[in-house]
Amino acid sequence: MQKIGVFVCHCGTNIAGTVNIDEVVENAKHEPGVKYVAEYPYMCSEAGQSMVQKAIDEHDLSGIVISACSPRMHETTFRRAAARTKLNPFMLEMANIREQCSWVHKDKEEATNKAHALTRAAIAKVHHNTPLFPGESPVTKRALVIGGGIAGVSCALDIAEAGFVVDIVESTPSIGGKMAQLDKTFPTLDCSACILTPKMVDAQFHENINIHTYSEIESVEGFVGDFTITIRKKARSVDMKKCTGCGACYDKCPIKKIPGEFDEGLGMRTAIYTPFAQAIPNVPVIDREHCLKFKTGKCGLCETVCAPDAIDFEQEDELITEKYGAVIIATGITPISLDKFGEYAYTSPDVITSLEFERMTNAAGPTKGELIRISDKKKPKSITFIQCVGSRDVAVRSKTYCSKICCMYTAKHAMLVKDKYPDIEVNVFYIDVRTPGKNFDEFYRRAVEEYGVNYIKGQVGKVVDNGDSLWIQAVDMLDNKQIKTKTDLIVLATAIEPVKSVRNIAGMLSASIDTNNFMTEAHPKLKPVESPTAGVFLAGACQGPKDIPETVAGAGATAAKVIGLLAKDKLITNPCIADLDPYYCNGCSACEKVCPYGAISYEDTEINDHGKKAIRRIAVINKALCQGCGACVVTCPSGAMDLLGFSNRQITAEVDAICR
Amino acid sequence: MIQKQMQERAKQMLSLGEVTCVLGWKKGDFSTNPQPAVFESEKDLEDLVYDKYCAANLSKYLVELTKKEGKVLVFLKPCDTYSFNQLLKENLIKKERSYIIGIGCEGNMQVDDDMQEIGLLEKCQTCTKTAHMVFDELIGEELTVRQGDDPFEGVLNLEQMSSDERYGFWREELSKCIRCNACRNVCPACNCRKCVFDNNKYDTAQKVNASSFEEQMFHIIRAYHVAGRCTDCGECSRVCPQLIDLHLLNRKFIKDINEFYGEFQAGADTDTPSPLTDFNIDTDPEPGSVHKRG
Repeated sequence: MQKIGVFVCHCGTNIAGTVNIDEVVENAKHEPGVKYVAEYPYMCSEAGQSMVQKAIDEHDLSGIVISACSPRMHETTFRRAAARTKLNPFMLEMANIREQCSWVHKDKEEATNKAHALTRAAIAKVHHNTPLFPGESPVTKRALVIGGGIAGVSCALDIAEAGFVVDIVESTPSIGGKMAQLDKTFPTLDCSACILTPKMVDAQFHENINIHTYSEIESVEGFVGDFTITIRKKARSVDMKKCTGCGACYDKCPIKKIPGEFDEGLGMRTAIYTPFAQAIPNVPVIDREHCLKFKTGKCGLCETVCAPDAIDFEQEDELITEKYGAVIIATGITPISLDKFGEYAYTSPDVITSLEFERMTNAAGPTKGELIRISDKKKPKSITFIQCVGSRDVAVRSKTYCSKICCMYTAKHAMLVKDKYPDIEVNVFYIDVRTPGKNFDEFYRRAVEEYGVNYIKGQVGKVVDNGDSLWIQAVDMLDNKQIKTKTDLIVLATAIEPVKSVRNIAGMLSASIDTNNFMTEAHPKLKPVESPTAGVFLAGACQGPKDIPETVAGAGATAAKVIGLLAKDKLITNPCIADLDPYYCNGCSACEKVCPYGAISYEDTEINDHGKKAIRRIAVINKALCQGCGACVVTCPSGAMDLLGFSNRQITAEVDAICR
Repeated sequence: MIQKQMQERAKQMLSLGEVTCVLGWKKGDFSTNPQPAVFESEKDLEDLVYDKYCAANLSKYLVELTKKEGKVLVFLKPCDTYSFNQLLKENLIKKERSYIIGIGCEGNMQVDDDMQEIGLLEKCQTCTKTAHMVFDELIGEELTVRQGDDPFEGVLNLEQMSSDERYGFWREELSKCIRCNACRNVCPACNCRKCVFDNNKYDTAQKVNASSFEEQMFHIIRAYHVAGRCTDCGECSRVCPQLIDLHLLNRKFIKDINEFYGEFQAGADTDTPSPLTDFNIDTDPEPGSVHKRG
C-alpha cells in the first residue's frame, strides 16, 4: 500500500480565488492511501518545496501528488524537490487545478468539485506509479542549419564562433536568401548587399562552417543530440573543386532568355548560371531543364570554353550522411502567388510585386537601377503602391495575418523613388500604417512629411491596364469618396508566406507547423526559438513575418540555445518510454509501422513462457530512440506495449477516479 | 464438382512430397456442417469435402500450422484470401510454408435448426470478393459469381436510427450473447497471444466482468480491436449460436473508414498501410471532423 502525500497550492489567488482549498484538502484526506495532506499559498516557493521535502521524510511517503499548476510549468521543479529526498522523482504526479480548473471556471462550487476530481485522479494514478530512472544519451557536437538566408547564415556564424562545426544546407545555388535580392534596408537605408555579402564571405571562409548549396534534406533519423541526416547535393554539372568562377561558361551559353529567379523574372539568365555576381559559392549551375546539351545532346559550348575543365555533364546527385546534435530550421519566406488576385491586373507588365521593385531599383538589377515601365521602357510619371495585398484578409486566397514588413518597405520604396526622381508622383493605398520598431515611425513620417508621399487610407478595388497607363478604382475612406485615377506603375505589397518545402522538412523533423505553415515555437514567450521537438530550433521568418533586425537578433538567440545544447557532453533522457511485455507480443509489426522515431524493430527472440521456451518474432524497443509518444501503445491490439509513467493501468485508474 | 479435382491435386502434391499436409474440410456430424480438417495422407484425403456448406474460413488455421516445419496445402475461397493476406501483413503466417490453391465458390448456404436450407449466408448474399487476392494455383475459379446485395444496407439502417433507438437495438441484440467466444475464436483478426479479456495484466477483463453489461463491452471493444484489420469475412456472424448480426459492428467501421480515408479493403494486398495506423497530413480529415459527424 502506498503512503501518499497530497500538497494543494493556492497559487496566491490564482487557484484559491476560484477553488475552495479547504474542501479539496478535506476531500483528499479521505482518498485511499493518502497519509498526509497540506496546503500552502505558493507551493513552488522555497518554503513550499521544503515543506514537501520535509513531509516526504517525516511521514515516510511513497508517492506524492501536487495539486497546483500545469506539469509543463512546475513538474520539473517538484521532481527536483523530490530528488533531494529518498523518493524517486517519478513517484510524483501533478494535478493541474490551475490552467485546467481555476483559470477556466467562474463558479466556485463547480471549480472546487473539479479540483477535487483532478486531485482524486492524480492520487489514483500515483498508486500505480513505479520508480523510473532516466538514462543518458550522447551529444554530437555539430549543428545543421537548413536555409542559407540571413537567418541561417547569422545563426551558423554565431555557433561556429563558439567552436562548433556547422553545416548549412541551401536549396538554391547560392546562400544569401531574400536579403540578397533587396536594394536598401529600412529604417537606415543602408545597402543590403554591403551588409550581407561580408557575412556570406565570413561563412564561406569560416573553418567551422561547411556550405552545401543546391542541396536538400533527404532524410532524418534520430533525436536530440544524435540526429542522422542525409543531404542530397543536387548535380550542379560543374565540379566545385575545379571551377574558378571565371564566368566564361555563362558568357558563351547560347540559351540566354530564361527568366532569372534572382531577378524575380524581370531579368534573363543563361542555362549555366550563377544567380548573382556576389554568389557564394561563385560556382555556376547548369539548369538541366533548359540546357541544350541535356535537351538535345548538342552544344557543350561551356565545356569547350572552360579552362579548368570543370564542366561535368555526367555529374550525379550526391548523398551525404552526417550526424548532428541540433538542427536549425531557417527556411524563410516567399511572396504568395497572385494568381487569384485578378483585380490587381498582375498579369500586366507594369504591375509588379515589391520584391520585383527591389530588383528594379537595385543598381545591379535588370534595369541597372533605372525605374521604368516594363511594357514601353518609359519612365513612369506616377507610381502607386498598394499595401496589404493578400494580408489581413479572411478570404481563402489570402492570409489572415499581417505580413509585418510591408508598411516599412513601402515607405522605403516611396522614399527611394522620391529621392531619385522627385518629379514622380507617389501614392500609397493602405489599410493601416503599422510602424512599431526602433526608428520606424520616424522613418514613415519622413516619407510623408519630407518626401511628400501621398498616403491614401483605402483599398484598391480594381486595376485595368489601358496600354499606355493603368486605371485604378479605389476608395478614400477618410474623404469617404470613390477614386478613379490613372497611374503608370503599380507595386503590390504582396503577403509573405513560408516556403512550401518547409512542410516536408517539418514532417521529417517531427516539428510542428501552424495552419499558415509557420513553424510553431515550443512556447511563444519562454521558448521562442525552440520547436516543440527537442533538438530542433527555429530561426528567422519561418516562425512568422520578421524584418532583418528581428531575424538577426532571433538567430543570435537560436545560436545561444544551440550552443547551450552542444556544450553538453551527455543529455539526460526521459524515462517515460515504451515498455514491451514480450509474452503478449504476437509479432504483428503494427507498432513498428506507427513509430515516428524508428525506435521499434522486430527480432526473433527466445521467450521463456512459464517454462515453455520458444523462438518468437517480437518487438524490440531502442530506448535511446524512443521519445515516449505512446503511438505504439494505442496501436498494439494485444496490449503488449505500454508506456512507463503513463501506463494503461494508470490512465484507467485516473479515468475511473474522475468518473467515481 | 471440383471436390474430385481438389482431392486429386492434393494427393498428387502429398505423394510428391511438395507439401506435408493439406488444410481443407471434412464431413461433419451432418452433411450440412463440414468442418475444417488437416489431412496428412492420401487415404485421409478421401474424406475431403467441398460443397455449398464449406463456409469456414481456413486462413486462421495457418497461424499455427505454418509455425511447424514443412509446407501446408490450403484451399481458399476468394473471400478467405483476404484474411490470408491480412495475416501475412501481420507476420502471423509464413508464406513460404503454405501453398494456396484458390477454389471457386458459388456462395454458402445456411441451414436452420432442422437442417433445412434457408438461403445463402449473409456474407454470401452481400459478397463482393469474387477474385482470389493471393494464390499459387486455381481450381474452378469460373464458378465464382458476385451475389449482389449492398453490404452496407444493414449499416445504413442503423445509421438512420436515433441514438436511443440504436442503443436499444444493440442492448437487445447483445443481451442474447452468452460469451461463448466463438466469434473471437473464429475471427482471423483476433490473433493476440492472450486476449485482453483473459489477461490479468490489464484491467480490461476485470472491468468488463464487473460491468452489468459485460457482453456489450466485449463486443464493442472487440470491434475496435479489429477495426482497420477486419476483412469482413463474416465468420463472426456465421458462427454465433445466438444469431447476433455481429458483422454490423465491423461493417460500420469499414464504412466509416471508406468515407473518411477513401476506399480501403483490408487484405486486398499486404503492403497498403491501414488508414487507422497511418496518417497523411495532406489528405486525412482532422479528427474533429470525424467527431462532428458522429
